[in-house]
Amino acid sequence: MADELILLDFWPSMFGMRTKIALAEKGVTYEYIETDPWIKTPLLIEMNPIHKKIPVLIHKGKPICESLIQLEYIDEVWSGTHPMLPSDPYQKAQARFWGDFIDKKFYDPSWKVWGTKGEEQVAAKKELLEHFKTLETELGEKTYYGGEVFGFLDIALMGYYSWFKAMEKFGEFSIQTEFPKLTEWTKRCLERESVVKALTDSEKIIEYAYVLRKKFGAE
Amino acid sequence: MATGDVKLIGSWASVFVMRARIALNLKSISYEFLQETYGTKSELLLKSNPVHKKMPVLIHADKPVCESNIIVQYIDEAWSSYGPSILPSQPYDRAIARFWAAYVDDKWFIALRSILTARGEEEKKAAIAEVEERTDHLEKAFIDCSNGKPFFNGDHIGYLDIALGSFLGWWKVVELDASHILLDETKTPSLFKWAERFCNDPAVKPLMPETAKLAEFARKLFPKPEA
Repeated sequence: MADELILLDFWPSMFGMRTKIALAEKGVTYEYIETDPWIKTPLLIEMNPIHKKIPVLIHKGKPICESLIQLEYIDEVWSGTHPMLPSDPYQKAQARFWGDFIDKKFYDPSWKVWGTKGEEQVAAKKELLEHFKTLETELGEKTYYGGEVFGFLDIALMGYYSWFKAMEKFGEFSIQTEFPKLTEWTKRCLERESVVKALTDSEKIIEYAYVLRKKFGAE
Repeated sequence: MATGDVKLIGSWASVFVMRARIALNLKSISYEFLQETYGTKSELLLKSNPVHKKMPVLIHADKPVCESNIIVQYIDEAWSSYGPSILPSQPYDRAIARFWAAYVDDKWFIALRSILTARGEEEKKAAIAEVEERTDHLEKAFIDCSNGKPFFNGDHIGYLDIALGSFLGWWKVVELDASHILLDETKTPSLFKWAERFCNDPAVKPLMPETAKLAEFARKLFPKPEA
């Protein structure tokens, strides 16, 4: 029932895109409420008083915050269809490890590469390319990060896909040239309707990146 | 029960290592503890955790699992029929436990550590204020999660108890260093009482380091600048 599930999200958010992909993979309907996290609406503050950030998934009135936690929640509640995490505890731990890596290591340089300038940006680009390399190595020859099955870690990284062009533009590098395996993997993911529908147009993201760059003083 | 193929790379002083050890104790898993030497990283550690090069690393049947909260979940799942459940059973409760465990690491611990690294009184005061505010959030989280029971996880210690409780040794050390109470019986009475129950739990008691020994180690790790 759509009125049981609400998603507070902001259109450019890579984290919100993860949750949207996951909900689509499970075939779950929900009400989408566009929520600009720079404007702290009463609903946002009520549902995420600690961080006041999006996305927030509200299920039967109860909020779940943090996108990777939302992914696990969605997988556990709608466990009968399209499992996103492997059932083997070791494989599950690996998926969680890399999801954590993406948010703890990859995230920071991934925004600094378009959001900063000068030495800070140069350092961010170097770090970002190292992390892309690590992620490509982890993918290896697999179809998806989950093996044969599109899952948790694929969603965790594909959430960032709309921002890839912005990273390339401001960082002056080409993901296709540097990371061909990763590029092929993105193409496979983009064959999925859940992914295509959740992602935002990359050009709109670049426009938005310009707005943020001005805000951050990088422009 | 003996499972000869379980090893844990760690150190007696590490909060994060303690999490893994508490979880193994809860499941009654015996393991080989490979104590790292302070100031060096063993070849096994570097090989088992090439991405972060950090402890703890759990090695089960030669397969490494890294990151303390991920290790705790792995232990719960790999030995699901042994001992009590570490994660709550309901998806919503699991999400809440994961949320607060992440908060402990990303917000609360960062504030606690900044007391030790503060330069000057102003910075220290600001860090203390931040810890007090965040501890207050955890007090409310305890009341919500425990639902009148003794632990965040209910009747038995669980994921969130372990995530926060493993800090209790260092919590005391930072209190001494700052000369300021950071777990206040009147301000956060529920957490205060929970802390004592947690430390007395049989899975925890043998692992909690002595405050004096930890304080001495803290002085090595966080040397004070010359006056």
